[in-house]
Amino acid sequence: MDIQVVKVGIVSCSGEEIPEGTLCRLACRKVLDERPGETVTICLPLFIAGGEEERTFAQNYPTITVDGCDKMCAAKATEMLSGKPSKSLSIPEILKKQGLPPPTKLRHFGPEEDAAVKVVAEEIAKAVEEVLEEE
Amino acid sequence: MGKKHKKVVVLPCSGIGKVYGAVARETAYELVEKVRPGLATLTCLPLLVINDPEAVALVTENPVITIDGCPKDCAKKSVEAVGGQVAKAYEAIKFYKEHKDLKPEGIAEVNETGRKLAQVAAAEIAQEVDKLAAGEGE
Repeated sequence: MDIQVVKVGIVSCSGEEIPEGTLCRLACRKVLDERPGETVTICLPLFIAGGEEERTFAQNYPTITVDGCDKMCAAKATEMLSGKPSKSLSIPEILKKQGLPPPTKLRHFGPEEDAAVKVVAEEIAKAVEEVLEEE
Repeated sequence: MGKKHKKVVVLPCSGIGKVYGAVARETAYELVEKVRPGLATLTCLPLLVINDPEAVALVTENPVITIDGCPKDCAKKSVEAVGGQVAKAYEAIKFYKEHKDLKPEGIAEVNETGRKLAQVAAAEIAQEVDKLAAGEGE
């Protein structure tokens, strides 16, 4: 019997210009490292710079987008250029819900930011589980 | 000599899958925060992917330097896709090839050695930033 293993695609906003972008990258990376068998990622600009394989990413994987600001680049770009995401998460909304302050640094996160990274990663992991259950 | 510029855009790779993407970002942050603050500026690469008007204006009205993390050249291609011209395109691995004693590690963020490599890279790219700001090299 063939057993098809479903992986969930995680698309991070990357947001180089804002601290929430760094938080987004770190939290997404944490989930990817902790759930290598269940998750996969793509660099968002590859929807434009890549080939057919990259552009069909959201058709090949149920996808969760994670955005660092209300411009929602990851959600919009994924839907416009690849396919509708299964879930769209927003870092400001997660932080607000958890009563955590937004990060203030662009790089070199330390213990002060660890709580936010952990909380966001947990929300992403929860979304991964929900998507896997739906598949 | 060409037009002088008050801003030079430095756009790094967005990747969270490879160490040189992290080196590219660390280099851009080093330039923007420490080496050429006020002159070197950056924007989020994904804003170009969704055609954000402010980000598009930034890269079409100012000289742009891209630092890519892999040969797919997302940063360079994303600028070109919105009608911008890249004045100078780097691949982060070039700096490691020239400084083999500084082997970077880490993917989302680089280790201490990677930070040193980024400082070296930023110092080199700063010369290009200065030329472009002065209207040379376009």
